[in-house]
Amino acid sequence: MSEFFSMDGDGSYVWAAYGITLAVLIWNIWSARARLRRNLRDALSDRAEDESPRRPKVTQL
Amino acid sequence: MKLPVWFHRFGSPPYVYGLANAIAPWLGAFGLVLLGVGGYWGLVVAPTDFQQGEVYRIIYIHPQTAYIGMMAYSLMAVSAGIGFIWRIKIAHAVAVSAAPIGASFTFCALVTGAIWGRPTWGTYWEWGDPRLMFELLLFFLFLGYLALRAAFDDRDKADRVSAVLAVVGVVNVPIIHYSVLWWNTLHQGPTVSRLDGPSMETSMLIPFLMMVAAFTAIFYWVLLRRLQGEIVAREPGARWLREFARESDS
Repeated sequence: MSEFFSMDGDGSYVWAAYGITLAVLIWNIWSARARLRRNLRDALSDRAEDESPRRPKVTQL
Repeated sequence: MKLPVWFHRFGSPPYVYGLANAIAPWLGAFGLVLLGVGGYWGLVVAPTDFQQGEVYRIIYIHPQTAYIGMMAYSLMAVSAGIGFIWRIKIAHAVAVSAAPIGASFTFCALVTGAIWGRPTWGTYWEWGDPRLMFELLLFFLFLGYLALRAAFDDRDKADRVSAVLAVVGVVNVPIIHYSVLWWNTLHQGPTVSRLDGPSMETSMLIPFLMMVAAFTAIFYWVLLRRLQGEIVAREPGARWLREFARESDS
């Protein structure tokens, strides 16, 4: 088993590369999900009704 | 130029949101299962390389992350271009959604490449090496696109201006691909996408292609979830969204 993890001495390179890739994958999956949830919560709140794009935009002078 | 009729449905936020919501879980499950099988195959089952030894196993993740970065940029440029020409908001939403995913995968390709470079080339990084420089440029193009968007308060303006940058920058993608053939570089030439067929053993090629499929599925899974988030952000308080939420709750 430790022979597998040592990868014939290249273990630190192989596991560092796989670890970083896994971290990037997890970040992607997590951040996309978190963003969707946050935006849904904001969009479905009562306040969002007033910000509906159907209403004409009032520009402040 | 006129767009075909079926294409117009993809301009409708409720249609695209529902479609993404239906497809995303399947892509996610498919991608994660393939990632597990391909990862195990690549790390445990595949034989040791006769030249590089065990460190070659980075080949099951590094080219895949680089390819996802380039595909993400191409998708971003095409969507932004479609959004710019036909003024389709969903197309801009796709472009915005692809950018952070592409940036993260390109970053990953740069880092895993550096880690692989140390034992095989004797260096983590070589300034001036064409493949490395154009890949770094790809990363900066993603960051530039996101930074440019962040500079505008008005979303429509951000869409249009950033689309120009996305489209202009796409010339970098074929340059990255051909850089190993056009110039002298430390980076090896293509192993799999060759005219005379892949120069890789079948026992290594199978997990390699499984990982390509896994990363592709995960990319589109994340893209669809991000696209859903982007559509919601662009349609706050829309009635169809409330109805959709009510239906999926019950």
